[in-house]
Amino acid sequence: MAVRIQAEDLGVSYGDTLVWENINLDIDEPGLVSILGPNGVGKSTFMYTINKILEPTKGRVLLDGKDVMEMTFKDIAKKVAYVPQASGETFAMTVMDTVLMGRYPHSGYTVTQEDLEIAADCLQKMNMGNYAMRMFNELSAGQHQRVMIARGLAQEPELLMLDEPTSNLDIYHQIHTMRLLRDIAHQKGIVVLIICHDLNIASRFSDRVIMFSKGTVHSDGPAEKVLTAETIQDVYNVKAEIVPVDGRPYVIFHADETSE
Amino acid sequence: MAKIKYRNGLKNLGQKLRLSDTARKHHLGNSENQTEEIISQYRAYKYAKAMMLLVVFLLCALAFGIDIGLGPYSIDFLEVYRCIIDRLTDWGQDLTNEMFIVWELRMPRVLTAFLAGVGLAMAGAAMQSMMKNPLADPYTTGISSGAALGATLAITMGICIVGGEFGTVINAFVFALIPAAVIVLISTYRRPSPAMIILTGISLMYIFNAAQSYLMIVADPNSASAVYNWTVGSLNNASWDNVPFIFAVSLIGGTLLMQMARILNTMNSGDAYSKSIGIDVNKSRIIVLVTISLVAAGIISFTGIIGFIGLVAPHIARIFVGSDNKILIPAAGLMGAGLMLLADCAVQLVAETMPIGIITSLIGGPIFMILILKQKKEVW
Repeated sequence: MAVRIQAEDLGVSYGDTLVWENINLDIDEPGLVSILGPNGVGKSTFMYTINKILEPTKGRVLLDGKDVMEMTFKDIAKKVAYVPQASGETFAMTVMDTVLMGRYPHSGYTVTQEDLEIAADCLQKMNMGNYAMRMFNELSAGQHQRVMIARGLAQEPELLMLDEPTSNLDIYHQIHTMRLLRDIAHQKGIVVLIICHDLNIASRFSDRVIMFSKGTVHSDGPAEKVLTAETIQDVYNVKAEIVPVDGRPYVIFHADETSE
Repeated sequence: MAKIKYRNGLKNLGQKLRLSDTARKHHLGNSENQTEEIISQYRAYKYAKAMMLLVVFLLCALAFGIDIGLGPYSIDFLEVYRCIIDRLTDWGQDLTNEMFIVWELRMPRVLTAFLAGVGLAMAGAAMQSMMKNPLADPYTTGISSGAALGATLAITMGICIVGGEFGTVINAFVFALIPAAVIVLISTYRRPSPAMIILTGISLMYIFNAAQSYLMIVADPNSASAVYNWTVGSLNNASWDNVPFIFAVSLIGGTLLMQMARILNTMNSGDAYSKSIGIDVNKSRIIVLVTISLVAAGIISFTGIIGFIGLVAPHIARIFVGSDNKILIPAAGLMGAGLMLLADCAVQLVAETMPIGIITSLIGGPIFMILILKQKKEVW
């Protein structure tokens, strides 16, 4: 079952610096939802307010009608999984042990047979089955990312949040990962929320696109509604042309004609 | 039931993926089989690590017996264990000469070495994981400087929190806990990040050292020398009166840290990730810190500052068992015990009254360097 995520009049400031405010969102349908927007616009910050890593300065976030600030980390973890952008491991464990971390909210101290099966399956889904017993720090950046996605999947959340899950992946694995995330969202009926910088990859696979721009949400809806030449000019200050490919908007950039 | 449902879900998903993309077929292969293969590999890996624990434990038992046998009146290994077993099976009997030497004269010292090694190394492993820093050891927050100042106050000025036989010990213990107390206080309005904890510890260390230096300058040479002797950890004051306390802090503290192993593992992946899987990182970090402090303070208030074990034993353990704290913490504990016993053997062979703190660093340093040079895969 998908969890319903509602942001009500949400706002965050770091000290005197406003990140964004007046965000009102309602994600009530399962599917792949992409958050787009320029650097530093507060996309990761938005994710942090959903799983209580950060306390909003204004408004609130509701998960199934409950204010996250009133939920414990443990309660949230049973519904929401988070895949960070980069791994900051100091001491390396095996890939399998790393993925098993994702089972913590369900199993606590002991690792069960079911945990092992789920972790092994999730690794295979990310094509990392052959690396299960390798040390995590021996892998490449792209492989790290795939292991971390497997760890997020192993948590079996109702909302899976991924911060730039495809940033280090080759094109085959970008497509593979996005398709996998979309299929999981549809099949399990969960919400997969990703932050993405590749407009075309997001456009191709997302059920819904949320475009952040300076200080708030610029537009929100299906890719063909959000990804227009006007929006891209508005938000990124880049001239673009939209061509429909397979029924989805495909963005072509005119790099040497930007209005700089 | 849930398992079956899950498996079916996976099969459906697998089919769906295969239908939607033929190119992926050779990648996925027979996933049911590979799952089993991965799990059996994983179990074999964990089993091998557990066996390694057993081997280190047996080596410790060997070193323990040899260590007790060493001294002016040497007793061979089997005889040592015979004495111990005789003593334990028939508590009321009169002690033979050998049993007296083993049980009354040497056992307290060797047990203290063992327990101090266990406690300091477990605390060190936990501190490194919690701080995400391979240079951390149990004294990182200023515990050792606090203990030294407490002892200095007792020895040079006679200022004791509680008078009597244990004045110095209690002073050292209480002062060693000051850094943890300060960090707990600060954590109520400042997030206890690793950097905050380390920097608070360093600033306290400077304050403690300054106070201690002043006290030593104004003190008479005899008590200054006594302070100096105290700071270089030794087992010369070990006695059956102290062993139960060291036993309690090492084993209770160590058990608590082992309970926190999975939490320590996730701390290694960063605070944000730890929170996202349901761990209240700030609270957990404080609990671990207080536990480590109690263990380290409980040990060094009796022995003085035994350096190096808490830093190096965890790293040697990492080389052999990896960095999963579930296995690392007990492995580090046994490794610490083994190193302490080896160091004590060296003390017995070279000069009986030499403080063990000198030997731990002197032989631990080169051993560690050799291991760093010889290992092929990266552990850090």
